[in-house]
Order: sequence, then C-alpha cells, then structure tokens
Amino acid sequence: MSDHKTMTLTLIVWRQKDASDPGKFETYTAKNITEHHSFLEMLDVVNEDLILAGKEPIAFDHDCREGICGMCSQIINGAAHGGQERTTVCQLHMRKFKDGDTIYIEPWRARAFPIIKDLVVDRTALDTIVQAGAYVSCHTGGVPDGNAILIPKPIADESMDAAECIGCGACVAGCPNGAAMLFTGAKVSQFAVLPQGKGEAVTRVKALVKTMKECGFGNCTNHYECQAACPKGINVKFIARMNREFIKAQFA
Amino acid sequence: MILDGKCPTGPIQQTWDKHRFDLKLVNPANKRKYNVIVVGTGLAGGAAAASLGELGYNVQAFCYQDSPRRAHSIAAQGGINAAKNYPNDGDSIYRLFYDTIKGGDFRAREADVWRLAQVSNNIIDQCVAQGVPFARDYAGYLDNRSFGGAQVSRTFYARGQTGQQLLLGAYTALSRQINAGTVKMYNRREMLDLVVVDGVARGITVRNLITGEIESYAADAVCLATGGYVNVFYLSTNAMGCSVTAIWKAHKKGAFFANPCYTQIHPTCIPQAGDYQSKLTLMSESLRNDGRCWVPKKKEDCGKHPNEIPEDARDYYLERKYPSFGNLAPRDIASRAAKEACDDGRGVGPGGRGVYLDFAASIKRVGQPKIAERYGNLFEMYEKITDEDGYKRPMRMYPAPHYSMGGLWVDYNLMSNIPGLFVLGEANFSVHGANRLGASALMQGLADGYFVIPYTIGGYLAGIKDPGTIKADHPEFRKAEDDVKSSVNKYLSINGKKTTSEFMRELGSLMWENCGMARTKESLESNLQKIPALREEFWKNVKVSGTGADFNQQLENAGRTADFLEFAELMCRDALHRNESCGGHFREEYQELGEAQRDDVNYCYVGAWEYKGVGKEPELHKEPLKFDNVHLAIRSYK
Amino acid sequence: MQLFTTSIGKKILMAITGLCLVLFAVIHLIGNTTIFGWIPGGVNAYAHHLHAFPPMVYAFRAVMLVIAAVHIYYGIQLTVENRDCRQQAYAVKATKKTTFASENMIWTGLILLIFIVFHLLHFTAKMVPGMELVMDPHGTVDVFAMIVSAFKNIIIAVVYVGAMATLFLHISHGIQSLFQTFGITSDKSMPTIVKAGTVVALVLFLGYVSVPLSIFLNILK
Ligand SMILES: Cc1cc2nc3c(=O)[nH]c(=O)nc-3n(C[C@H](O)[C@H](O)[C@H](O)COP(=O)(O)OP(=O)(O)OC[C@H]3O[C@@H](n4cnc5c(N)ncnc54)[C@H](O)[C@@H]3O)c2cc1C
Ligand code: HEM
Ligand code: HEM
Ligand code: SF4
Ligand code: F3S
Ligand code: FES
Repeated sequence: MSDHKTMTLTLIVWRQKDASDPGKFETYTAKNITEHHSFLEMLDVVNEDLILAGKEPIAFDHDCREGICGMCSQIINGAAHGGQERTTVCQLHMRKFKDGDTIYIEPWRARAFPIIKDLVVDRTALDTIVQAGAYVSCHTGGVPDGNAILIPKPIADESMDAAECIGCGACVAGCPNGAAMLFTGAKVSQFAVLPQGKGEAVTRVKALVKTMKECGFGNCTNHYECQAACPKGINVKFIARMNREFIKAQFA
Repeated sequence: MILDGKCPTGPIQQTWDKHRFDLKLVNPANKRKYNVIVVGTGLAGGAAAASLGELGYNVQAFCYQDSPRRAHSIAAQGGINAAKNYPNDGDSIYRLFYDTIKGGDFRAREADVWRLAQVSNNIIDQCVAQGVPFARDYAGYLDNRSFGGAQVSRTFYARGQTGQQLLLGAYTALSRQINAGTVKMYNRREMLDLVVVDGVARGITVRNLITGEIESYAADAVCLATGGYVNVFYLSTNAMGCSVTAIWKAHKKGAFFANPCYTQIHPTCIPQAGDYQSKLTLMSESLRNDGRCWVPKKKEDCGKHPNEIPEDARDYYLERKYPSFGNLAPRDIASRAAKEACDDGRGVGPGGRGVYLDFAASIKRVGQPKIAERYGNLFEMYEKITDEDGYKRPMRMYPAPHYSMGGLWVDYNLMSNIPGLFVLGEANFSVHGANRLGASALMQGLADGYFVIPYTIGGYLAGIKDPGTIKADHPEFRKAEDDVKSSVNKYLSINGKKTTSEFMRELGSLMWENCGMARTKESLESNLQKIPALREEFWKNVKVSGTGADFNQQLENAGRTADFLEFAELMCRDALHRNESCGGHFREEYQELGEAQRDDVNYCYVGAWEYKGVGKEPELHKEPLKFDNVHLAIRSYK
Repeated sequence: MQLFTTSIGKKILMAITGLCLVLFAVIHLIGNTTIFGWIPGGVNAYAHHLHAFPPMVYAFRAVMLVIAAVHIYYGIQLTVENRDCRQQAYAVKATKKTTFASENMIWTGLILLIFIVFHLLHFTAKMVPGMELVMDPHGTVDVFAMIVSAFKNIIIAVVYVGAMATLFLHISHGIQSLFQTFGITSDKSMPTIVKAGTVVALVLFLGYVSVPLSIFLNILK
C-alpha cells in the first residue's frame, strides 16, 4: 500500500448544458488522487475544486456506489464503465490508472438516451420496454404457494443469470448500433424460462420487440460488444433466446 | 399526549383478520375517483403503488432516481424472512413474531409484529408468482438460509442479490400498472414539502430534478415510503441520495417523529480508506461464520503485517468476551466490541479504524476452495475495493451505519398523526423496535406495500365523501411552492466558502463520534451545542453553484444537508432523553458488566416528537408499549 | 406481420436470404470446380446440364433475384437506421468484440453487389468488352475456354480474387451471425459456431480463388 503516493491526471470531459446544447470536451486536472479513490470519488475531488472556484461541477449519475443500482453511467476512454470486467464505474478504482494518464470521460451515446446534462442521460426508454410487458400479470394476493410449482435449480439459475441485469444501459452505449438487445433479451429470457412466465411468452416477446424500435433503439448486427460492456456479464445467449422466442411467437 | 396506536384487541392471532373485516371498503366503481400519491418506489412504495393501482385507485408515484427500479432496496444482499417452515425445523408465525419482538429489544408493538409475521408467507408466494428467481434445490423446492437472531432456517434468498430481485418483482408489478394507466410514474422528482390542508394531508410539492421546476400534486391520501436516514452519519452503507428530507418535511408539517435515536450499525463493512471517501460497503454478516475477529494485543503491533503477528500476540476479542457466541455475537454487540478495540488504540489499517477478519484457520480446516465456494463473491468485492487478497491476509472490517429503526410515527393502519398521511417501509418507526434482525427489513417493506396498505388505506378513503375536491391550485399548494422556491434561492444566494459535502462530512463525524455506536450524556449534550452552530454556519457559508432552473446536483445536496442539519439535533435529543441502553441505542452510562441495560420501568414506550420550530425544543409524546404475549426479558450472549 | 416491421423480423429476413446466398455460393463453387474435370465433360457439361431446361433457369433466377433484393434492401435499411441510432462516435475507440468484418458488412456487401453485377455481365450476359468467346459446333459458348481466357487477364484475375476476399469477410461474420439471429446459439456452442463460420468462409474463399489462380499460374489450361 502506498498511501502517500498521489497521482495527477488529465481529464478530458464531455460538458453539455442540456439536450439542445451541442456540447464539447473540456480539460481538467485531477490532483492528489490516491490509488484507493474510486473513479467517482476522483470526480468528487475535481468537482469540489470546481465548486470552490465558482465553476459548474461535472454532473454525473450515481447512487448506490456499490455496483447494483445501475445509476452510474460513463464512458471512460471509449469503454462503458471503464472496460474492466464485471465492474461498474462506481466500483472502478484509481489503481487501474497511472500518474500522468489522460482520461476521456463521455456520456452514454445512443439516440434512445438523450443527454440531460454533461454525463447524465435519460434512460427512461428502458423502463418503457419493461412497461410494455416484461412482467408476469399476476395479481397482488390470491397466488399459489411458493412451492406449488416446482422450478428445478438449473432453471431457476438460468432465470437468475438473466435477472441480474442492473438496467444501466451500458449494453446500449457499448453497441455500435445503439441497440437494446441484451437488456431486452435478458428481460424476455428471465420470464420465458420460468413456468410463471410461459403463459405470456408470446405476447411478451412481441410487445417488447415492437417497443424497442418505438423507443429509438438500433438493430442488432451481432457485434457482441454489449456483453463485453455489461458490468454484470449478461450473456448474449439471451439475445439468441429472444430471437428464438420471437420466431416461435410468429407461429403461435 | 399519550398516543394511541389503535391496535385491535383480543387474541393476538386474530387481530389482523378481525381488523381487516372491520375496515370500511371503497366500492370498486368508486376507487378510480380517489387519487393516492406514493412517494418512493423501493420495496414498500413500489409494492404499494402497484397494489393500489391494481385495486383501481388513481395512483401517482414519485422517486428521485431516473427509474423506480433504482431505489436503495436494490442493494440488500442477504435475504428475506418468512415463517414458511419449509425446512420443518420448528418455525411458525408465532416464532417469527417472538424472535422479532425479542430481537427488537422489546421496543415494538406486538400487534404490528404479529401482522408482519402473519403476512410474511404471502410475500414469498407473491414474489414467486411474479417470477422472482429465488434459490431452489435440484428438485425445484425453495431453498433457505440461516440468519442471525434466529434458530431456524427461514431466510429466502436470490444469490447475493435478494433485495434486487424483490425490488425488480415490485418494479415489474408497478410497470404493469403504469402500462395499464392506473399508475402515473414521476421519475427524477424530489419531494420537498408535504401539503396539509385543514389538518389533512392533501398533496406534495416536488422539484423536477431535470428542469428545476417546482411542481405540486394533489391527492386524497399521501403515502411516504422514502427509506431510511442513516446518511445523517454521512458515511453509511446507504446510497448517496438517501435522505431524511421527505419525512423531515412531513415532520415539520406536524407528523410525529418516533424513536429517531434507534440506528443500526452493521459490524462488517469495508473500512474507510481516506477522507475523500463517499460511502461504505457492507460485507455480508455470513462471513463471521468462518472468519475470526481479532486485533493485536499491543498497540505497537498495529502497523505490522498481520501475518507477522504471532498467535499469542493477537486478541480474539469476541471469542474472549462472549465465549458461547464467539464471532457470531449479534450485530450491535459485535460492532461495539470492534469500536472499543479501536478506541483502545489497537485498530489496524488507515487511521487505526479496522479489525481483522481472519480466514486462515478456516482455510486450514476446510481448504481454500470450500471458503471460495461459500463467499467467493465477497472476497472478489473486497479485493476490488481494497486491492488486498482476503485469502492471503486477513480482511479489514469496521462497523458502519446501516439502517434506521426510527421514523415517522404511525398507528396500526400505517397512518401518521396527520390524517391522510401514511408512512411505509424504513421511513416509519416500524416493527423493529430498537434493533432490526437481519432479513426482516425486506419483509417489512413488502408486507407494508402488498398486504397492509391496500386494506388500511381503503378504510381511510371510504370516509372521504368528496374525493378530488382539493386541487393543486389551492392556496396551501402555492404557499408550499413559494417556500420551496425561496429556500432554493437562499442556497444559491449565500455564495460562501464551504461545499455541501464539507458540511455533511462535519455533521457526519459529529454524529458518528457523539451519537453513533455509543452515546453518553456529555457527548450528546456537546452535539446539541455543535449542531446548531454548524447549521448556522451552513446558512452563512455554504457554496452552491449553478442555477435553480436546471439539473443541479449541488442544489439537491444542499437541501438534503439542510434537513439533516435539523434532524440531527432531534436524533441527539431523543438519544439524550432515553436514559437506557436498548438495541441500537447504547448509552455508556447504562450498562451492566459491559452489556446494555434496558429500563423497562421508565422507557418501555415509543417516543414520538412533535416539531415546534427550528432550534426550538420539540414536544415528546409517548405511546406506552404493552407485552401480553411475550414476556419482557434481558438479552444475554455470554 | 412483425417479420417486416420489427428489427428482429428484418434481421431474420436478412438471415434467411443470407443463408440462401451462402448456399448458392456453396453450390456455385461445387459447380465451378467441375472446371478441374471431376465430372465427365468438365465445366462445359455442367453448364450444359444446368441450362437444359430454360423455364427452370428463369424460375431459379427470379427466386435468386428476389432473395438478393430483399437482402440488399433490408441490409441497407438496417444499416441506415443503425447509423441514426448511434450518431456520435466515442473519442477513443475501445471496442473489444467487433471485428473488421462485422463493422464493414455494408461495405463488403455493396462491393459484392458491384461484383455480382459485373460478374453477371461477364459470364452470364457475356457483355464485358474484350471477351474472347469460342463457340462450339452447336452454337453454344465454350464456357471452359471463356473462363480460362478471362483469367489470363491479370486485371480480371485480381478483380475476382479481391471480390472473393470481400466475400470471405462478409460471410465470415455472416454465417455465425445468422445462427445467432435464428436463436440457435448458446454460450457453449457460440465459440464453435464462430470458428466454423470462419472455416466455411475460408473454404469458400480458397475454393473460388483456386480457379483464377490455377489459370493464371498456368496450372489449368
Ligand atoms: C447494503 C444493504 C444491505 C441490506 N441487506 C438487507 C437484507 O439482506 N435483508 C433485509 O431484510 N434488509 C436489508 N437491508 C435493509 C433494506 O434493504 C432496507 O431497509 C429496505 O429496502 C428499505 O426499503 P424502503 O422501500 O423502505 O426504502 P428504499 O428502498 O430506500 O426506497 C426509498 C424510495 O424513496 C424515494 N425517495 C426518497 N426520498 C425521496 C424524496 N425526497 N422525494 C422523492 N422520492 C424520494 C427513493 O427514490 C426511493 O424510491 C439492507 C440495506 C443495505 C443498505
Ligand atoms: C472465381 C469465381 C467464380 C467463377 C469462376 C464463376 C463462374 C461463373 C460462370 C462461368 C457463370 C456462368 C454460368 C453459365 O451461365 O453457364 C457464373 C454465373 C453466376 N455466378 Fe459465378 N463465378 C464465380 C464466383 C461467383 C460468386 C462469388 C458469386 C456470388 C456469390 C457468383 C454468382 C454468380 C451468379 C448469380 C451467376 C448467375 C447464375 C445464373 O445464370 O442464374 N459467382 N459464374
Ligand atoms: C449484394 C450485396 C449485399 C449486401 C448489400 C449485403 C449486406 C448485408 C448486410 C448489411 C448485412 C447485415 C450485417 C449483419 O447482420 O451483420 C448482411 C448480412 C449477411 N449477408 Fe449480406 N450483403 C450482400 C450480399 C451477400 C452475399 C452475396 C452473401 C452470401 C454469399 C451474403 C450473406 C450474408 C449473410 C449470411 C449475412 C448474415 C445474416 C445475419 O446476420 O443473420 N450477403 N449482408
Ligand atoms: S444487460 Fe448489462 S449492460 Fe445492459 S442494462 Fe443490463 S446490466 Fe447494464
Ligand atoms: S453489441 Fe449490439 S449489435 Fe447486437 S450483439 Fe450486442 S446488441
Ligand atoms: S452507483 Fe449504483 S451501480 Fe454505480
């Protein structure tokens, strides 16, 4: 451990006042950063300096700071969440950088995610997809006992693999086409494998796929960049499953 | 005033069923004439909004994040309790009820806790029906884990992400209602005031966090499910945006604040690495099954590499002090023991704020692969944050603020003393008494949202004969909007020299040092001096940049900080008045042989405070607690 | 019908037509290799058999034309939409999984389109200036002689080899991609499918270039 050693970094950050502003890169210096700072804490330090200097701090989304809420969203040197495997920006630590590094920081870029300010984007399109039918239409109350329908472990695990998605949108930001296939594929799959979700499998996949387009997401050309960008390692096999469910639905 | 919780009487087993029958109903055709506001979309709010929407009410739901799915409930790791007795190990509704009352150190209402235990089973069924992928065995049956404070295996879980999966279940149910048009969702809106008209809750004032606009929403009932307030310590395991704001604003409008001093400190969190640190990360309690807690016996050894400190120079303090429970002593006890060791100058790591959690013995006994199988993801998370390998050198741990048992006072119907204002989940003073057992907050949130509020709110609304008469253009709404606007302008105009985070850090350290894991009359009194001074400084010297007319996170923080600065005083006051130690509230003066000493003769009540003005002494109201089904007893873990 | 309106639907059309085109390429390659004389009468006999029943020929051409048209139409449409959905590139390019082939499908596709037009003018319509056409006594073209004389020209040979390389790029991504589009991949089978796709593309490439190459190098005369 080297608590006394600090780093100085050059940050080239996207600044944009609001959705209508064209935006541009600005350069900042981050001083006195230790390897224990998380990336967001590094930005906190820069922001404190900016505030005290009477300038506008860099706006960025964050909340839990432990990799589960899916709020944080930054492109660091071209990679969503900084490109470390299974790591959100809030979990990224400065020990992954060297003194003197230059770091480019940008917002998610996709037509479906308009920029609100600086690094903050509007991801309600993901909610819209879920609202279109990524649920089981059960009522509150009046449901059978939890053990009434058995779900063997491999199936429960498969569903959980898909359900781990934190809805961050890195898959969209990482996809060269701005497609939401990984997110939507995970939603379709989580329910499609479970007995509870099978009843609505046909209407669900049709509605979700239709909504994806209406929300302005792009089309998949199987680049698999989404999986590489995903901080939860959601597998593109769920895109394949969605395609399969979609084909099945055409015959149903 | 003596408060009445309006608990039904009679045999406890029948209280909830009887009460449900007694509640008035709203005619299905009339339900859509009633507007209900739900602030917060965590487990409590999300489940409530979805269920109320489904019943046919006209619901408006709010959260400060960009999506209802991101509420802090998402972070819960361990699991959720239910009295299913699937493992056939002797669990029952009665046992869950008993464990919760006892775990809460006899500071919760019996009837509420009974109801919680009773509906716990419905929660699991509900979540399964929604498609929550709980852990299962190969035959397909639901799997259970054991958790602290219970001798049965009753905890249901979904890997290390139970809260996430439960919240996603509630969120999908909510999404379904949004699609159906029964719920209108307002994201990125922060509630900044409660609107009370003629003593009745009628709506809220919010700031649109994108445009900065101040908006008003009117309704026939308002439900607050805005989570806990432990960010008053600045560093906690809570998300950055968690605040006391919503319930504090309601408190200022007349809602009583109950037991604010009851806060839970979780013993195993990754210690703070530096001053810049923004939050603390929890490591599951389960680690203490195989890890041994120790600190060096001698202060001089603290700087050494832990593996160079010989066995006989180590102090396995939990095993020494609590031979029968050892490393599995309950949360409050384990936290205090760690703090004691560090205060004694024997803490390890940066700032001497850490104890070792050592797996060497277990690795030697069962092998590293076995340990990795049990806790692999936690070791990974630890390494990501600290860059240290927990298999090779002991992990460093330190207690951190984690949960608030206190909150707005509510009666058995979850309604506060303001008619029409309901409070759900962690935001109310709840069923946990002075200490919450693991895996029971998720249970409470969902119980409130799915199975309590849908009934009790009907009982209230049925009494309103003219739904929708008060609209958002009523003068009280104008007044609330003007108040909010003027405080926004105030923050922006001060233009001082300190940022909001500097104030939060200062407040946090005051609270942690003087009103944290251990409190004394002196420490609390000193806080009651220092907090008002800090608050005064805030209003003179805070620096908030930007404008009020757009997305401005500084402004958001300023509002939350201002509220914490007021709330902190109440918390200290409550801690000072409660001359006993119980659960999460440990007063050093009140202990017997190093253990918490409860005073059932004088303090067996809920302390609910009424607001009288900033800096003015609030008025204490008491709701006496009666124990007819569980006998008051002393907890011992020696 | 969602097949024509949704993004996955269109992708499936791309995959169906792409698969047909690949199958055509495989059969065409097998046909072409008759030039090495592994059926009696070589490529001339093959060409003769193929054209023996004209209605079949035209029906087949019509089907292929529709397939190609659908493939091209949706290929262009999807690409245009995708550009629109991600208008701005990041300051640093840090993609991990994309390949040159996957990023340039539209360009390799359009080059193939140009090539096919040229190729049809060349060997089907036989309208490319400077072609030496040898007729046999029945008045049909000696296909063997036509091909051999064509690839003696270095420019023609290079154009064809270049086109084949483009084809390789296009289908090396295309083949594995269509499996994913049809949803018949899993995390276990995926790496194998990706490899197999590349191998098939490579075999096609080598098979096709063997003709111009062996002619140019005078192995085939
Ligand atoms: C790290 C961690 C692990 C935990 N693990 C467990 C566990 O294993 N088992 C267990 O039972 N419990 C656990 N808990 C506790 C449990 O997660 C919480 O107590 C519970 O989820 C709280 O739910 P809630 O619905 O009351 O509030 P929250 O989930 O906090 O939701 C609050 C909501 O209110 C909104 N809100 C807040 N203020 C405002 C405002 N002013 N305006 C508008 N909206 C607002 C937010 O947007 C959010 O939607 C854990 C807690 C933490 C921090
Ligand atoms: C070196 C490689 C190639 C050679 C030597 C070759 C040769 C030929 C010949 C001789 C014909 C005319 C057959 C006839 O009319 O009797 C032909 C037709 C054709 N070729 Fe090729 N070809 C090659 C590559 C390709 C490729 C890569 C494609 C496209 C994928 C292609 C597509 C076609 C088509 C569409 C026809 C027209 C078929 C018809 O008459 O309907 N060719 N080719
Ligand atoms: C004639 C001009 C052509 C154009 C403009 C074109 C364009 C495209 C485009 C844009 C794609 C989508 C990219 C993607 O999904 O990754 C594509 C996919 C594909 N193309 Fe072509 N192409 C052409 C010719 C061909 C030919 C001649 C073949 C085969 C010999 C072919 C086979 C394929 C295959 C197999 C796919 C993959 C389909 C899928 O992803 O499911 N294409 N093409
Ligand atoms: S699939 Fe992965 S990248 Fe996409 S939203 Fe979910 S967690 Fe984020
Ligand atoms: S990166 Fe994009 S192209 Fe498809 S496979 Fe992933 S959505
Ligand atoms: S801030 Fe919650 S995932 Fe990063």
